[in-house]
Amino acid sequence: MRYRALLAFLAAIVAGLMVVSLLVGPAGVGPVAGIAALVDGKGALGLVMREIRLPRALLGAMVGGALGVSGAAMQGFLRNPLAEPGLIGISSSSALGAVIALQSGFAAVSVLALPGAALAGAVVAVALILMLAGPRGPSLTLILAGVAISALAGSFTSLVLNLSPNPFAVTEIVFWMLGSLSDRSMQHVAMAAPFMAVGALLLAPLGRGLDALTLGEDAAEAMGVRLTRLRLMLVLGTAALVGSAVAVAGAIGFVGLVVPHILRPFVGARPSRLLAASALGGAAMLLSADIAVRIIAPERDLKLGVLTAIIGAPFFLHLIWRTRGQIA
Amino acid sequence: MTLLSLRNITVLRGRRVVVDDISVDVEPHEFVGLIGPNGAGKTTLMRAALGLLPYRGQTTLARMPPVARARACAWLPQAREVAWAITVADLVALGRTPWDGHDPGGAVPRALARMGLEGMALRSATALSGGEQARALIARALAQDTPLLLADEPIAGLDPAAQIRTMQIFADLAHEGRAVIASIHDLGLAARHCTRLLILSEGRLVADGPPDQVLDAALLDRVFGLRARIGRDKDGILFQALGVTR
Repeated sequence: MRYRALLAFLAAIVAGLMVVSLLVGPAGVGPVAGIAALVDGKGALGLVMREIRLPRALLGAMVGGALGVSGAAMQGFLRNPLAEPGLIGISSSSALGAVIALQSGFAAVSVLALPGAALAGAVVAVALILMLAGPRGPSLTLILAGVAISALAGSFTSLVLNLSPNPFAVTEIVFWMLGSLSDRSMQHVAMAAPFMAVGALLLAPLGRGLDALTLGEDAAEAMGVRLTRLRLMLVLGTAALVGSAVAVAGAIGFVGLVVPHILRPFVGARPSRLLAASALGGAAMLLSADIAVRIIAPERDLKLGVLTAIIGAPFFLHLIWRTRGQIA
Repeated sequence: MTLLSLRNITVLRGRRVVVDDISVDVEPHEFVGLIGPNGAGKTTLMRAALGLLPYRGQTTLARMPPVARARACAWLPQAREVAWAITVADLVALGRTPWDGHDPGGAVPRALARMGLEGMALRSATALSGGEQARALIARALAQDTPLLLADEPIAGLDPAAQIRTMQIFADLAHEGRAVIASIHDLGLAARHCTRLLILSEGRLVADGPPDQVLDAALLDRVFGLRARIGRDKDGILFQALGVTR
């Protein structure tokens, strides 16, 4: 019952933050007028609400939820509180896809060219991981393959920046990589939504298996958990969620790492319960960060990924400080 | 009804034969002690029986689909792994995983009571002492409520009273009509509580039978390099190792 209450509480926070996110922006809009314009969609205000603010709020919730739930799933699977969704190389590979699109000018072809290239990068990374780590094999191979792929994608990204003849492209790439939700459209929402839905459907049934994995792979397998299938669903689900999140928002760190960590004590440390809670918690964290960047420096375009890292890292240090006795 | 039937089980690790052509049947009411020196192949034999590693030969358990097997046999690995700070009650309830978490017969509270864990049901499993954690993990396997239990060194690291209590619980399970196969290093406890001993040496099954027929001076010398005094009292065998022979 306490778990239901927690989920309801988090859902209420997310809903509240969505409303706040809709009402914050350079065009000063009162709450009542804003919501009215969103509902009827008429005039300039209706356009602002429906085409600028709504996609931004939706993407904030979607991207945050995607990062939160994949972080929780990854930590549960690897039985390690330091695991994060970027660990298996998906984020850096989709970033590389986006960087190549920006550098080659392909990104200018259409609004969806850049996220499309980022998704292609994620797909390549998944194919590589499944080839390297195989459908079977220990989780250590998965981590090592992910680290290798991250390093490879990172080095290619550096190479593109290194050899770029165009300083504007370099600036654009660097800013994109900092992560942001500004100037996104409903097209971005429509592009990310199916991938995120598939990813969520792949991760949702893993709860019981992740719980059983608390006792180790041998015990879990002997309790009827099909580890090979679980791992395949985890890799594909995380890739769909993280790949599409990076595609529409750039690289946003720390959400997938910190959110499951914060919520773990509130769900009795059960990996199954952490999935839904972290999805809501991630959405809440990203929405608040995205509201904060607009309030703190409305005219400077403070990047979302920068803020999550600046707040996330010290917060994480604080958590480590507080729990260092228990981790031992 | 035979609960486990192994036919010509052979396990290779690289080119080395770790388990060599072992055939065994286990029936209800049996508490089987799997004994042998380190590296004799005890763990490997049990994991092969469950199909957790590649093997040659036939095992009735590994042939079953995963969930059916998990309802037929519980496995208690030697490594005592508890990754997250879940409560003891939640940990024991993981034993109901093969039944999608349902526990109509109250197997979880029964297992908690049997292992003397009622008082610590709400404590965090990672904050327990090593011995308490071992008891919680045994309770998890009991909560799986299977006709057969395979346990790898279940009493290692328990205090003497907890060791004897655990052996008695396993003997009770056998008495109820289930069967338990446990690898055990303490020959004294094995001889006193098990109904049958399987003696492994270098991957081969070298003896199989009731403790008083199996344990003799020649075998102890050959397999374990031990000299021992073996006696009897009204409750069973008294075994005391006296020294090494090599």
